Amino acid sequence: MKAAFLVVLVAGLAMADDRRSGYEFMSRETQAMQDDDTSNPAMLWALDGEQLWKAGKPSCASCHADMKGVAARYPSVNSGRLVNLEQRINLCRTGKQHAAPLPYESKELLSLSAYIALQSRGYPIAVQADAAAGKALYERRQGQLNLSCAQCHDQYAGKRLGGSTIPQAHPTGYPEYRLEWQTLGSLERRLRNCLIGIRAEPYPYGAPELVELELYLMSRARGMKMDAPGVRP
Amino acid sequence: MKRRVFVLSLALAPWMKSACADAMHDAMSAVLEGATPREGRVKIELPPLVENGNAVPFSVSVESPMTERDHVRSIHVFNEKNPQPNIGDFFLGPRAGRASVATRIRLADSQTVVALAQMSDGTWWSGSANVIVTIAACTETV
Amino acid sequence: MAAHALLRVPQRARRGEVIEIRALVSHIMETGFRHSQYGASIARDIITNFRCTYNGTEIFRARFYPAISANPFISFTTVATESGTLRFEWTGDNDFTASESAAISVE
Repeated sequence: MKAAFLVVLVAGLAMADDRRSGYEFMSRETQAMQDDDTSNPAMLWALDGEQLWKAGKPSCASCHADMKGVAARYPSVNSGRLVNLEQRINLCRTGKQHAAPLPYESKELLSLSAYIALQSRGYPIAVQADAAAGKALYERRQGQLNLSCAQCHDQYAGKRLGGSTIPQAHPTGYPEYRLEWQTLGSLERRLRNCLIGIRAEPYPYGAPELVELELYLMSRARGMKMDAPGVRP
Repeated sequence: MKRRVFVLSLALAPWMKSACADAMHDAMSAVLEGATPREGRVKIELPPLVENGNAVPFSVSVESPMTERDHVRSIHVFNEKNPQPNIGDFFLGPRAGRASVATRIRLADSQTVVALAQMSDGTWWSGSANVIVTIAACTETV
Repeated sequence: MAAHALLRVPQRARRGEVIEIRALVSHIMETGFRHSQYGASIARDIITNFRCTYNGTEIFRARFYPAISANPFISFTTVATESGTLRFEWTGDNDFTASESAAISVE
Protein backbone atom coordinates (compact mmCIF):
# COMPACT_ATOMS: atom_id res chain seq x y z
CA MET A 1 0.00 0.00 0.00
CA LYS A 2 2.77 2.35 1.08
CA ALA A 3 4.79 1.41 -2.01
CA ALA A 4 1.80 2.17 -4.25
CA PHE A 5 1.33 5.54 -2.55
CA LEU A 6 4.99 6.37 -3.07
CA VAL A 7 4.79 5.38 -6.72
CA VAL A 8 1.76 7.63 -7.24
CA LEU A 9 3.49 10.48 -5.42
CA VAL A 10 6.62 10.15 -7.53
CA ALA A 11 4.53 9.86 -10.69
CA GLY A 12 2.71 13.02 -9.68
CA LEU A 13 5.97 14.88 -9.26
CA ALA A 14 7.29 13.41 -12.47
CA MET A 15 4.20 14.62 -14.43
CA ALA A 16 6.48 17.48 -14.68
CA ASP A 17 5.88 21.06 -15.34
CA ASP A 18 6.12 21.28 -19.11
CA ARG A 19 5.59 25.01 -19.02
CA ARG A 20 8.36 26.87 -20.81
CA SER A 21 8.87 30.62 -20.78
CA GLY A 22 9.17 32.57 -24.01
CA TYR A 23 12.89 32.80 -23.30
CA GLU A 24 13.25 29.08 -23.97
CA PHE A 25 11.55 29.38 -27.35
CA MET A 26 13.98 32.02 -28.61
CA SER A 27 17.11 31.46 -30.64
CA ARG A 28 20.44 31.28 -28.84
CA GLU A 29 21.41 34.66 -30.27
CA THR A 30 18.31 36.41 -28.89
CA GLN A 31 18.83 34.69 -25.54
CA ALA A 32 22.38 36.06 -25.51
CA MET A 33 20.94 39.55 -25.95
CA GLN A 34 18.94 39.13 -22.77
CA ASP A 35 21.56 37.30 -20.75
CA ASP A 36 24.01 40.16 -20.42
CA ASP A 37 22.68 43.24 -18.62
CA THR A 38 25.08 45.43 -20.57
CA SER A 39 23.78 44.21 -23.90
CA ASN A 40 20.07 43.92 -23.03
CA PRO A 41 18.38 47.03 -24.48
CA ALA A 42 15.57 46.71 -21.89
CA MET A 43 18.10 47.68 -19.22
CA LEU A 44 18.28 51.18 -20.73
CA TRP A 45 14.72 51.70 -19.48
CA ALA A 46 15.49 50.16 -16.11
CA LEU A 47 18.33 52.68 -15.74
CA ASP A 48 15.93 55.52 -16.45
CA GLY A 49 13.43 53.97 -14.06
CA GLU A 50 16.01 53.99 -11.29
CA GLN A 51 16.43 57.73 -11.77
CA LEU A 52 12.67 58.32 -11.81
CA TRP A 53 12.33 56.24 -8.66
CA LYS A 54 14.46 58.76 -6.80
CA ALA A 55 12.95 61.86 -8.39
CA GLY A 56 10.10 64.08 -7.27
CA LYS A 57 8.77 65.14 -3.90
CA PRO A 58 7.82 62.81 -2.46
CA SER A 59 9.85 60.34 -4.47
CA CYS A 60 9.00 56.65 -4.71
CA ALA A 61 12.21 55.99 -2.77
CA SER A 62 11.04 58.10 0.17
CA CYS A 63 8.25 55.59 0.96
CA HIS A 64 9.47 52.33 -0.50
CA ALA A 65 12.66 50.58 0.50
CA ASP A 66 12.69 48.31 -2.53
CA MET A 67 10.30 46.48 -4.83
CA LYS A 68 11.64 42.94 -4.42
CA GLY A 69 9.08 40.40 -5.62
CA VAL A 70 6.37 43.02 -6.16
CA ALA A 71 5.95 42.73 -9.93
CA ALA A 72 5.53 38.96 -9.54
CA ARG A 73 2.30 39.58 -7.62
CA TYR A 74 0.54 41.76 -10.20
CA PRO A 75 -2.21 42.12 -11.38
CA SER A 76 -3.66 42.39 -7.90
CA VAL A 77 -6.81 43.73 -6.23
CA ASN A 78 -6.35 47.20 -4.78
CA SER A 79 -9.25 48.82 -2.94
CA GLY A 80 -11.70 46.44 -4.56
CA ARG A 81 -10.41 46.98 -8.11
CA LEU A 82 -8.15 44.67 -10.11
CA VAL A 83 -5.11 46.64 -11.26
CA ASN A 84 -1.94 45.79 -13.13
CA LEU A 85 1.50 47.09 -12.18
CA GLU A 86 1.28 50.17 -14.42
CA GLN A 87 -2.09 51.14 -12.96
CA ARG A 88 -0.76 50.60 -9.44
CA ILE A 89 2.16 52.92 -10.19
CA ASN A 90 -0.29 55.58 -11.31
CA LEU A 91 -2.41 55.09 -8.18
CA CYS A 92 0.66 56.00 -6.15
CA ARG A 93 1.46 58.93 -8.39
CA THR A 94 -1.99 60.47 -8.13
CA GLY A 95 -2.81 59.41 -4.57
CA LYS A 96 0.49 59.83 -2.77
CA GLN A 97 2.78 61.91 -4.98
CA HIS A 98 0.12 64.39 -6.12
CA ALA A 99 1.44 64.01 -9.65
CA ALA A 100 -0.34 63.42 -12.92
CA PRO A 101 -0.75 59.79 -13.95
CA LEU A 102 1.77 58.65 -16.56
CA PRO A 103 0.22 57.78 -19.94
CA TYR A 104 0.16 54.09 -20.92
CA GLU A 105 3.25 53.04 -22.89
CA SER A 106 4.98 56.35 -22.13
CA LYS A 107 8.74 56.18 -21.68
CA GLU A 108 8.40 57.17 -18.02
CA LEU A 109 5.79 54.56 -17.12
CA LEU A 110 7.71 51.84 -18.98
CA SER A 111 10.95 52.87 -17.29
CA LEU A 112 9.39 52.66 -13.84
CA SER A 113 7.73 49.33 -14.53
CA ALA A 114 11.01 47.99 -15.99
CA TYR A 115 12.89 49.08 -12.87
CA ILE A 116 10.27 47.51 -10.60
CA ALA A 117 10.00 44.31 -12.65
CA LEU A 118 13.79 43.95 -12.64
CA GLN A 119 13.56 43.58 -8.87
CA SER A 120 11.35 40.53 -9.33
CA ARG A 121 13.88 38.78 -11.53
CA GLY A 122 14.18 35.19 -10.38
CA TYR A 123 11.08 35.41 -8.19
CA PRO A 124 8.27 32.92 -8.86
CA ILE A 125 5.06 34.45 -10.20
CA ALA A 126 2.66 34.66 -7.25
CA VAL A 127 -0.62 36.27 -8.27
CA GLN A 128 -3.56 35.58 -5.96
CA ALA A 129 -6.79 36.98 -7.39
CA ASP A 130 -9.49 34.93 -9.08
CA ALA A 131 -8.78 34.71 -12.80
CA ALA A 132 -12.06 33.16 -14.04
CA ALA A 133 -13.02 36.19 -16.13
CA GLY A 134 -9.63 36.24 -17.82
CA LYS A 135 -9.77 32.51 -18.49
CA ALA A 136 -13.10 32.94 -20.28
CA LEU A 137 -11.58 35.68 -22.46
CA TYR A 138 -8.54 33.51 -23.19
CA GLU A 139 -10.72 30.64 -24.37
CA ARG A 140 -13.19 32.70 -26.37
CA ARG A 141 -12.95 32.74 -30.16
CA GLN A 142 -12.90 36.24 -31.52
CA GLY A 143 -11.91 38.44 -34.43
CA GLN A 144 -12.23 37.95 -38.16
CA LEU A 145 -9.96 34.93 -37.94
CA ASN A 146 -12.23 33.55 -35.22
CA LEU A 147 -9.36 32.31 -33.10
CA SER A 148 -9.00 32.09 -29.36
CA CYS A 149 -5.75 32.63 -27.47
CA ALA A 150 -5.98 29.00 -26.35
CA GLN A 151 -5.90 27.67 -29.88
CA CYS A 152 -2.45 29.08 -30.66
CA HIS A 153 -0.90 29.13 -27.24
CA ASP A 154 -2.27 25.94 -25.70
CA GLN A 155 -2.89 23.78 -28.73
CA TYR A 156 -0.14 24.88 -31.07
CA ALA A 157 2.58 26.14 -28.76
CA GLY A 158 5.98 25.00 -30.03
CA LYS A 159 4.77 24.83 -33.60
CA ARG A 160 5.35 27.55 -36.18
CA LEU A 161 3.28 30.49 -37.32
CA GLY A 162 5.02 31.94 -40.34
CA GLY A 163 8.70 31.96 -39.45
CA SER A 164 8.08 32.27 -35.71
CA THR A 165 7.72 29.59 -33.08
CA ILE A 166 4.50 30.00 -31.11
CA PRO A 167 5.35 30.41 -27.41
CA GLN A 168 3.15 29.21 -24.54
CA ALA A 169 2.25 32.82 -23.62
CA HIS A 170 3.71 32.96 -20.11
CA PRO A 171 4.39 36.62 -19.32
CA THR A 172 7.57 36.06 -17.33
CA GLY A 173 9.60 38.74 -19.09
CA TYR A 174 7.43 41.86 -19.07
CA PRO A 175 7.93 44.69 -19.72
CA GLU A 176 9.99 43.41 -22.60
CA TYR A 177 12.14 44.71 -25.41
CA ARG A 178 10.39 43.21 -28.39
CA LEU A 179 12.65 43.14 -31.45
CA GLU A 180 9.56 43.69 -33.59
CA TRP A 181 8.83 46.98 -31.77
CA GLN A 182 12.49 47.99 -31.48
CA THR A 183 11.56 49.36 -28.09
CA LEU A 184 10.33 48.32 -24.65
CA GLY A 185 6.63 47.58 -24.28
CA SER A 186 4.11 46.26 -21.79
CA LEU A 187 2.13 43.04 -21.72
CA GLU A 188 -0.94 45.06 -22.69
CA ARG A 189 0.81 46.22 -25.86
CA ARG A 190 1.62 42.61 -26.70
CA LEU A 191 -1.96 41.51 -26.06
CA ARG A 192 -3.25 44.26 -28.31
CA ASN A 193 -0.81 43.03 -31.00
CA CYS A 194 -2.26 39.53 -30.67
CA LEU A 195 -5.78 40.87 -30.99
CA ILE A 196 -4.83 42.84 -34.09
CA GLY A 197 -3.15 39.67 -35.37
CA ILE A 198 -6.43 37.77 -35.23
CA ARG A 199 -8.20 40.81 -36.67
CA ALA A 200 -10.16 41.56 -33.52
CA GLU A 201 -10.79 45.02 -32.11
CA PRO A 202 -8.02 45.51 -29.52
CA TYR A 203 -9.24 46.63 -26.09
CA PRO A 204 -7.97 50.10 -25.15
CA TYR A 205 -5.02 50.33 -22.75
CA GLY A 206 -6.13 49.88 -19.17
CA ALA A 207 -9.40 48.20 -20.14
CA PRO A 208 -10.67 45.73 -17.52
CA GLU A 209 -10.64 42.98 -20.15
CA LEU A 210 -6.91 43.42 -20.69
CA VAL A 211 -6.20 43.42 -16.97
CA GLU A 212 -8.32 40.27 -16.52
CA LEU A 213 -6.38 38.61 -19.34
CA GLU A 214 -3.08 39.67 -17.80
CA LEU A 215 -4.19 38.18 -14.50
CA TYR A 216 -5.19 34.93 -16.14
CA LEU A 217 -1.87 34.65 -17.99
CA MET A 218 0.07 35.36 -14.81
CA SER A 219 -1.99 32.84 -12.82
CA ARG A 220 -1.46 30.25 -15.56
CA ALA A 221 2.25 30.93 -15.14
CA ARG A 222 2.14 30.81 -11.34
CA GLY A 223 5.39 29.45 -9.95
CA MET A 224 7.43 30.20 -13.05
CA LYS A 225 10.36 32.50 -12.47
CA MET A 226 10.28 36.08 -13.75
CA ASP A 227 13.03 37.05 -16.19
CA ALA A 228 12.05 40.69 -16.62
CA PRO A 229 12.86 42.95 -18.31
CA GLY A 230 13.30 40.48 -21.11
CA VAL A 231 14.07 40.45 -24.83
CA ARG A 232 11.70 38.70 -27.19
CA PRO A 233 11.42 38.48 -30.97
CA MET B 1 38.41 52.14 -67.65
CA LYS B 2 36.31 49.46 -69.34
CA ARG B 3 38.93 46.82 -68.56
CA ARG B 4 39.02 47.83 -64.91
CA VAL B 5 35.24 47.48 -64.65
CA PHE B 6 35.47 44.03 -66.26
CA VAL B 7 38.08 42.87 -63.77
CA LEU B 8 36.03 44.26 -60.88
CA SER B 9 32.90 42.46 -62.12
CA LEU B 10 34.78 39.17 -62.32
CA ALA B 11 36.12 39.62 -58.83
CA LEU B 12 32.67 40.34 -57.45
CA ALA B 13 30.94 37.68 -59.57
CA PRO B 14 29.46 35.68 -56.67
CA TRP B 15 27.42 38.69 -55.60
CA MET B 16 26.36 39.78 -59.07
CA LYS B 17 23.78 37.05 -59.51
CA SER B 18 20.72 39.15 -58.78
CA ALA B 19 19.84 42.51 -60.27
CA CYS B 20 19.32 44.09 -56.86
CA ALA B 21 23.03 43.65 -56.15
CA ASP B 22 23.69 46.73 -58.35
CA ALA B 23 23.47 49.26 -55.53
CA MET B 24 25.66 47.05 -53.36
CA HIS B 25 28.16 46.70 -56.20
CA ASP B 26 28.33 50.48 -56.60
CA ALA B 27 28.78 51.04 -52.88
CA MET B 28 31.56 48.46 -52.78
CA SER B 29 33.28 49.97 -55.82
CA ALA B 30 33.24 53.35 -54.13
CA VAL B 31 35.17 51.95 -51.19
CA LEU B 32 37.53 49.74 -53.22
CA GLU B 33 38.55 52.59 -55.58
CA GLY B 34 39.61 50.21 -58.31
CA ALA B 35 41.21 47.56 -56.12
CA THR B 36 40.22 43.90 -56.42
CA PRO B 37 39.38 42.09 -53.20
CA ARG B 38 40.47 38.49 -52.62
CA GLU B 39 37.99 36.11 -51.03
CA GLY B 40 39.12 34.83 -47.67
CA ARG B 41 40.32 35.75 -44.17
CA VAL B 42 37.06 37.58 -43.50
CA LYS B 43 34.46 35.66 -41.58
CA ILE B 44 30.87 36.86 -41.07
CA GLU B 45 28.69 35.34 -38.37
CA LEU B 46 24.95 35.64 -38.77
CA PRO B 47 22.19 33.29 -37.63
CA PRO B 48 21.13 31.32 -40.74
CA LEU B 49 17.45 31.82 -39.88
CA VAL B 50 16.77 35.19 -38.37
CA GLU B 51 14.15 35.58 -35.66
CA ASN B 52 13.46 39.20 -36.41
CA GLY B 53 14.94 41.33 -39.19
CA ASN B 54 14.93 44.42 -36.96
CA ALA B 55 17.83 43.30 -34.79
CA VAL B 56 20.04 40.59 -36.22
CA PRO B 57 23.15 39.81 -34.18
CA PHE B 58 26.07 40.20 -36.55
CA SER B 59 29.79 39.79 -36.16
CA VAL B 60 32.73 40.00 -38.51
CA SER B 61 36.29 38.90 -37.82
CA VAL B 62 39.42 38.99 -39.95
CA GLU B 63 42.45 36.73 -39.64
CA SER B 64 45.32 39.06 -38.89
CA PRO B 65 48.19 39.24 -36.39
CA MET B 66 47.17 42.88 -35.72
CA THR B 67 50.74 44.09 -35.34
CA GLU B 68 52.06 47.50 -36.27
CA ARG B 69 53.31 46.06 -39.57
CA ASP B 70 50.41 43.77 -40.39
CA HIS B 71 46.92 44.68 -39.27
CA VAL B 72 43.39 45.38 -40.44
CA ARG B 73 42.77 49.05 -41.17
CA SER B 74 39.05 48.89 -41.75
CA ILE B 75 36.09 46.62 -42.33
CA HIS B 76 33.16 47.74 -44.49
CA VAL B 77 29.89 45.84 -44.43
CA PHE B 78 27.30 45.80 -47.21
CA ASN B 79 23.96 44.19 -47.89
CA GLU B 80 22.07 43.26 -51.00
CA LYS B 81 18.39 44.01 -50.45
CA ASN B 82 17.91 46.77 -47.88
CA PRO B 83 16.88 50.20 -49.24
CA GLN B 84 20.51 51.21 -48.76
CA PRO B 85 23.59 49.06 -49.47
CA ASN B 86 25.81 50.13 -46.54
CA ILE B 87 25.53 48.68 -43.06
CA GLY B 88 28.57 49.95 -41.19
CA ASP B 89 32.24 50.84 -41.50
CA PHE B 90 34.63 49.91 -38.72
CA PHE B 91 38.11 51.37 -38.31
CA LEU B 92 40.64 49.36 -36.36
CA GLY B 93 44.43 49.39 -36.17
CA PRO B 94 47.23 47.63 -34.28
CA ARG B 95 45.79 48.62 -30.89
CA ALA B 96 42.76 46.41 -31.51
CA GLY B 97 44.56 43.19 -30.61
CA ARG B 98 42.05 41.23 -32.67
CA ALA B 99 40.06 42.18 -35.74
CA SER B 100 36.64 41.33 -34.40
CA VAL B 101 33.54 43.53 -34.34
CA ALA B 102 29.95 42.68 -33.41
CA THR B 103 26.76 44.69 -33.67
CA ARG B 104 23.06 44.27 -34.41
CA ILE B 105 21.78 45.02 -37.87
CA ARG B 106 18.55 45.41 -39.77
CA LEU B 107 17.87 43.12 -42.68
CA ALA B 108 14.80 43.76 -44.80
CA ASP B 109 14.71 40.43 -46.58
CA SER B 110 16.57 37.17 -47.04
CA GLN B 111 19.84 38.23 -48.66
CA THR B 112 23.61 38.19 -48.80
CA VAL B 113 25.76 40.29 -46.49
CA VAL B 114 29.29 41.11 -47.65
CA ALA B 115 32.27 42.44 -45.71
CA LEU B 116 35.37 44.02 -47.26
CA ALA B 117 38.48 44.37 -45.12
CA GLN B 118 41.45 46.57 -45.96
CA MET B 119 44.81 45.54 -44.58
CA SER B 120 47.66 47.79 -43.57
CA ASP B 121 49.47 46.93 -46.83
CA GLY B 122 46.52 48.29 -48.82
CA THR B 123 45.19 44.92 -49.99
CA TRP B 124 41.51 44.06 -49.75
CA TRP B 125 39.90 40.82 -48.60
CA SER B 126 36.25 39.79 -48.59
CA GLY B 127 33.78 37.42 -47.03
CA SER B 128 30.04 36.93 -47.28
CA ALA B 129 27.13 35.13 -45.67
CA ASN B 130 23.58 34.33 -46.66
CA VAL B 131 20.71 34.78 -44.28
CA ILE B 132 17.00 33.97 -44.33
CA VAL B 133 14.73 36.62 -42.87
CA THR B 134 11.06 36.04 -42.19
CA ILE B 135 8.51 38.48 -40.81
CA ALA B 136 7.17 38.16 -37.31
CA ALA B 137 3.76 36.69 -36.73
CA CYS B 138 1.19 38.93 -35.00
CA THR B 139 2.65 42.29 -35.96
CA GLU B 140 1.24 45.52 -34.62
CA THR B 141 -0.05 47.00 -37.85
CA VAL B 142 -1.93 45.20 -40.55
CA MET C 1 15.78 62.39 -20.73
CA ALA C 2 19.53 62.26 -21.38
CA ALA C 3 20.74 59.51 -23.67
CA HIS C 4 21.78 56.49 -21.70
CA ALA C 5 24.53 54.07 -22.47
CA LEU C 6 25.37 50.69 -21.04
CA LEU C 7 29.06 49.81 -21.07
CA ARG C 8 30.95 46.64 -20.43
CA VAL C 9 34.60 47.33 -19.78
CA PRO C 10 36.67 45.06 -17.55
CA GLN C 11 37.60 46.87 -14.36
CA ARG C 12 41.06 45.37 -14.39
CA ALA C 13 43.28 43.71 -16.98
CA ARG C 14 46.86 42.49 -17.42
CA ARG C 15 49.17 44.59 -19.55
CA GLY C 16 49.06 43.32 -23.12
CA GLU C 17 45.81 41.42 -22.63
CA VAL C 18 43.26 41.75 -25.44
CA ILE C 19 40.01 42.85 -23.81
CA GLU C 20 36.47 42.93 -25.20
CA ILE C 21 34.51 46.14 -24.89
CA ARG C 22 30.77 46.49 -25.35
CA ALA C 23 28.66 49.61 -25.59
CA LEU C 24 24.91 50.00 -26.02
CA VAL C 25 23.33 53.43 -26.42
CA SER C 26 19.69 54.46 -26.41
CA HIS C 27 18.65 55.78 -29.84
CA ILE C 28 15.68 55.22 -32.14
CA MET C 29 17.84 54.94 -35.33
CA GLU C 30 14.95 56.09 -37.52
CA THR C 31 15.93 54.88 -40.97
CA GLY C 32 14.27 57.54 -43.07
CA PHE C 33 12.58 54.82 -45.11
CA ARG C 34 9.44 54.54 -43.03
CA HIS C 35 6.12 56.26 -43.61
CA SER C 36 3.41 57.28 -41.20
CA GLN C 37 -0.01 55.70 -41.57
CA TYR C 38 -1.02 58.77 -43.59
CA GLY C 39 1.82 58.27 -46.10
CA ALA C 40 4.09 61.05 -44.83
CA SER C 41 7.76 60.16 -44.87
CA ILE C 42 9.40 59.93 -41.43
CA ALA C 43 12.72 61.77 -41.53
CA ARG C 44 15.98 59.95 -40.93
CA ASP C 45 17.38 60.30 -37.42
CA ILE C 46 20.33 58.06 -36.76
CA ILE C 47 23.64 57.94 -34.95
CA THR C 48 26.24 58.25 -37.67
CA ASN C 49 29.53 57.99 -35.78
CA PHE C 50 30.96 56.19 -32.80
CA ARG C 51 34.42 56.67 -31.38
CA CYS C 52 36.34 55.18 -28.51
CA THR C 53 39.48 56.74 -27.07
CA TYR C 54 41.85 55.24 -24.52
CA ASN C 55 43.57 57.92 -22.47
CA GLY C 56 42.92 60.29 -25.33
CA THR C 57 44.13 58.08 -28.19
CA GLU C 58 41.52 56.79 -30.61
CA ILE C 59 41.44 53.00 -30.55
CA PHE C 60 38.25 52.32 -32.48
CA ARG C 61 35.91 54.20 -34.74
CA ALA C 62 32.71 53.22 -36.55
CA ARG C 63 30.35 54.75 -39.06
CA PHE C 64 26.72 53.68 -38.70
CA TYR C 65 24.12 53.60 -41.46
CA PRO C 66 20.33 53.15 -41.15
CA ALA C 67 20.89 49.38 -41.27
CA ILE C 68 22.27 49.43 -37.73
CA SER C 69 19.49 48.43 -35.33
CA ALA C 70 17.76 50.76 -32.89
CA ASN C 71 19.62 51.17 -29.60
CA PRO C 72 22.90 50.50 -31.35
CA PHE C 73 25.13 47.86 -29.85
CA ILE C 74 28.82 47.59 -30.62
CA SER C 75 31.43 45.13 -29.45
CA PHE C 76 35.13 45.46 -30.28
CA THR C 77 38.51 44.64 -28.78
CA THR C 78 41.57 46.56 -27.66
CA VAL C 79 44.90 45.80 -26.05
CA ALA C 80 45.07 46.80 -22.38
CA THR C 81 48.14 49.03 -22.43
CA GLU C 82 47.89 51.18 -19.28
CA SER C 83 45.50 52.21 -16.53
CA GLY C 84 43.23 55.08 -17.32
CA THR C 85 39.98 56.05 -18.94
CA LEU C 86 38.11 54.77 -21.94
CA ARG C 87 35.85 57.39 -23.41
CA PHE C 88 32.94 56.62 -25.71
CA GLU C 89 31.39 59.23 -27.99
CA TRP C 90 28.39 59.01 -30.26
CA THR C 91 27.28 61.70 -32.75
CA GLY C 92 24.49 61.73 -35.26
CA ASP C 93 21.66 63.49 -37.06
CA ASN C 94 19.95 66.49 -35.48
CA ASP C 95 23.12 67.36 -33.53
CA PHE C 96 22.87 64.22 -31.45
CA THR C 97 25.75 63.68 -29.06
CA ALA C 98 26.27 61.28 -26.19
CA SER C 99 29.33 60.30 -24.22
CA GLU C 100 30.27 57.95 -21.43
CA SER C 101 33.50 56.99 -19.72
CA ALA C 102 34.80 53.94 -17.94
CA ALA C 103 37.95 53.46 -15.90
CA ILE C 104 40.31 50.56 -16.32
CA SER C 105 43.13 49.42 -14.10
CA VAL C 106 45.99 47.66 -15.91
CA GLU C 107 48.67 45.76 -14.04
